[in-house]
Amino acid sequence: MPDLLDWLAMGGYAWFVWPSYLIGLAVLAANLCLPVMRHRRLLRRGAAEEGGR
Amino acid sequence: MTPRRKQRLAFVVILLAGFAAAAALVLYSFEKNLLYFYTPTQIAEQAPPAGRTFNLGGMVVPGSVRRGERVQFELTDNHSTTRVVYRGLLPDLFGDGQGAVATGRLREDGVFAADTVLAKHDENYMPPGLAESLGQKPVGIAKPADGYAQ
Amino acid sequence: MLDATKRYASLPSFYRLCGRLFAWLLPATVALFAAGLVWGLYLAPADYKQGEAYRIMFIHVPSAWMSLLVYMVMAAAGAVALVWRVKLAELIHIECAPVGASFTALTLATGMLWGKPMWGAFWVWDARLTSELILLFLYLGVIALYAAIPDRRKAARATAVLAIVGVVNIPVIHYSVIWWNTLHQGPTVTRLDAPAAHISILAPLLFMAVVFKLYFITVLLARLRGSIAEQCRAQQWFRDEAAGRA
Repeated sequence: MPDLLDWLAMGGYAWFVWPSYLIGLAVLAANLCLPVMRHRRLLRRGAAEEGGR
Repeated sequence: MTPRRKQRLAFVVILLAGFAAAAALVLYSFEKNLLYFYTPTQIAEQAPPAGRTFNLGGMVVPGSVRRGERVQFELTDNHSTTRVVYRGLLPDLFGDGQGAVATGRLREDGVFAADTVLAKHDENYMPPGLAESLGQKPVGIAKPADGYAQ
Repeated sequence: MLDATKRYASLPSFYRLCGRLFAWLLPATVALFAAGLVWGLYLAPADYKQGEAYRIMFIHVPSAWMSLLVYMVMAAAGAVALVWRVKLAELIHIECAPVGASFTALTLATGMLWGKPMWGAFWVWDARLTSELILLFLYLGVIALYAAIPDRRKAARATAVLAIVGVVNIPVIHYSVIWWNTLHQGPTVTRLDAPAAHISILAPLLFMAVVFKLYFITVLLARLRGSIAEQCRAQQWFRDEAAGRA
């Protein structure tokens, strides 16, 4: 447990290291999710139009 | 390749070459303004007018740092040395033998009065144990100073 | 005319290829990225001078390299689109822009968070930081210009010209720390002699760099699949595809 807290403290630089990684993960995840969601939306719309003919 | 494609390829090449040449000329003519800091030697050769704010960069002369209400230290480029006085917080990396950039004005007596001092770090990364075995004098690992502690 | 039809016809097969590759690459990228995080944040030793704060490097440096690499891919695809009018090249060209912009923004954000504790300032106007900020504006310029022109194909050709002109900035960013005095330090890895990082720090850094490249390919495939779907949404093959999936 003390080891974990020690690691989380990052030698006192926690307020700089962790936000860097959080911003990084958020940006990288958004880059992956947005095109996947866009594609799914288009597939749904395409299927609806095909079914409606 | 069709003549049209050849023409378009030539357009792309000339476009890039033209802009590269223009950029090179602009950067070359503005070279002085692109320098982030002046070295003590540049100051010694041609001192900027007194009262003008500029950045002075160099290595902190080991043993020259006097801490206190007012910090005093010397910056060197191994050729010339300039004395700096400063009042305020120093970055964690600041120390003997470390690069630093001070922003301020040159006083009449040749001492540089700094408003801010930034530390410059080098491109070397290694574990602490190795640094000592390489004969590097033991430098303190950066620890957050008052200003940055969480 | 026949030429154009052929090019258009290759989009459905490329669309399916994107889907297949993405399904494989996504889990691989996520797993390798997790491994890179553990290596950089836990297994790698602290730095002899910067202590734990230097760990920001494992995200800052790969991101910075990608900001340059993605730009070159964008400009190269733009040049192919300009000269040969290949539709796929136009798509690759424009789909690179948001990804590159996000890498550049991430580089600037993590750089600020690293600069504050080590240098003592979030931002300085030295040649390295300024040229990287210009790179962000170039990406944003490409995105804005593309959005401003209604005809997709004309828009791609216009942004290709802008991207090719901006290539001039790439060597300026890379060599800024060598050509001029900067607060930013010189190159650690890409220098003529041996890299200036110990192997225990260099290895996770290079590993992260490879993971970022894999990540870029994964994202680019996902984006290409999305933009092909968008452009072909009225075509029969895409409707069949969509109906088959539903």
